[in-house]
Amino acid sequence: MPDAKFKYVLRLADDQLILGQRLGEWCGHAPTLEEELALANIGLDLLGQARSLFTYAGEIEGKGRGEDELAFLRPEREYLNALLVEQPNGDFAVTIVRQFFHAAFMVPFWSAMAASSDETLSAIAAKSLKEVEYHLRHSSEWVIRLGDGTAESHRRTQDALEELWGYASELFEMDEVALEVQQSGIGVDAAALKPEWDATVNAVLERASLTRPADSWSQSGGRTGQHSEHLGHILSELQYMQRTYPGLSW
Amino acid sequence: MYSQGLIGADGATHEDAAFLEAFQARIDAELKIEPNDPMPAGYRKTLVRQIAQHAHSEIVGMLPEGNWITRAPTLRRKAALLAKVQDEGGHGLYLYSAAETLGVSREELVDQLLSGKAKYSSIFNYPAITWADIGTIGWLVDGAAIMNQIPLCRCSFGPYARAMIRVCKEESFHQRQGYEIMLTLSRGSEEQKAMAQDALNRWWWPSLMMFGPHDADSTHSDQSMAWKIKRFTNDELRQKFIDATVPQAEFLGLTMPDPDMKWNEEKGGYDHGEIDWDEFWRVVKGDGICNRDRMKARRKAHDDNAWVREAALAYADKAAARETAVAAE
Repeated sequence: MPDAKFKYVLRLADDQLILGQRLGEWCGHAPTLEEELALANIGLDLLGQARSLFTYAGEIEGKGRGEDELAFLRPEREYLNALLVEQPNGDFAVTIVRQFFHAAFMVPFWSAMAASSDETLSAIAAKSLKEVEYHLRHSSEWVIRLGDGTAESHRRTQDALEELWGYASELFEMDEVALEVQQSGIGVDAAALKPEWDATVNAVLERASLTRPADSWSQSGGRTGQHSEHLGHILSELQYMQRTYPGLSW
Repeated sequence: MYSQGLIGADGATHEDAAFLEAFQARIDAELKIEPNDPMPAGYRKTLVRQIAQHAHSEIVGMLPEGNWITRAPTLRRKAALLAKVQDEGGHGLYLYSAAETLGVSREELVDQLLSGKAKYSSIFNYPAITWADIGTIGWLVDGAAIMNQIPLCRCSFGPYARAMIRVCKEESFHQRQGYEIMLTLSRGSEEQKAMAQDALNRWWWPSLMMFGPHDADSTHSDQSMAWKIKRFTNDELRQKFIDATVPQAEFLGLTMPDPDMKWNEEKGGYDHGEIDWDEFWRVVKGDGICNRDRMKARRKAHDDNAWVREAALAYADKAAARETAVAAE
């Protein structure tokens, strides 16, 4: 059980870290000054969540690894984030749709996790829920604006939906690790969140006059460390300082 | 936007001797000039230029530091840096809003930046090449900015002065954060110390140039002082900055990259070597190592995302039309 719980918390931490890292790439290059602030703000929220989760994962593991050892010093195959969050920023539509898929999942996820029998996770969930509710509002509003904006923005957003659709299903997977942690009263039944995610996505897409893509393909593997080629490049930046100057304080 | 009604408004004034005298009397009485008050065209123009340059500097200034967000060495440093760069975007936003109260839109100002017509602080045309540069930018660049900006909190133009109060509080936090990075490096390994010294060597002289040309060569100074837009001259502010910074470098155990730097008991401040003004003008005129990259990055962000802004406008128009249609029913 400690091993499953460690992995479970690490998966959650990695999701927020990698998505936060992706949002950090936007800095200085966003469509408007207001979005510059919004994307940085969302990135900061995710980074804050990741920090609490890594610290807790380190405590569960009990080998003295702190947030930075876990965040920066694992090999690629030991990162357990979902494939969705490592997908490149693409154009603004891709970034927004990726965020929308993630936030539409995290809102019911944190809401359920708030009832966890684990006090730490329940506290992290209560704080994170407030943040992702804003992320969901922000990304939903943009999906609607872009979908119902110009012909070009509609086309780009529909393309983004198609491009990312197959990565959404991984969020709901319940493998042995997730099941074990859920059955002990600590984790969340992610599969049970699918109807709420569907309802959120359908409602927003309808308002945006966008078409829900067909469930014709899906990809997973991130939860067991089998990533796309993108993650290695993310890590080469993320880990650069810690790898170049091992063991120093910064 | 609270200033929308002011954009493009006719602020023309009949500037006879009595008008100018009355305006100067208000300034001398330390009364704030507010957006709807009559003001000389030159006062308006000077402020638009200065506030816009300041706003552009905040925005372009996001690039050298933004370049390190994905590579920050720890999660704590990454979060602090992202928050800092976000603050700079926020400063840009207040400043563009302050400029808008003078009748010019953010779009016009941004166009001036992208066309190369408007200037921004030359310091951001230097590259942030190591992590120590992030510490040094906070310590020196934000430190110099604070020296320049504290007196601006008393600037005669109300919206600018008020924006500066908030900006200064945040800058001062950034400055302490930068110094703390330097402190960590200077108490660290030999390679960290060397990294800190190297960054100081590269950023020291450009930081001194942030105060602008010597008083004798400064074109806008006298009138700005009379209008109480400026409170101290370039050389006065530069001297204050040097006097505050040298002991900080000593505390870090770093060496000032100026062999002529020494305490002058008589003037109660440090003497320093001559600034390379040829380099200053070369960078101001667009030939620094990063000038072209910075403008290219700003133009790319603007052009690549034009479709997003167009979509937002089109959506807002549609939504407004729908509301009108509903109201008419």
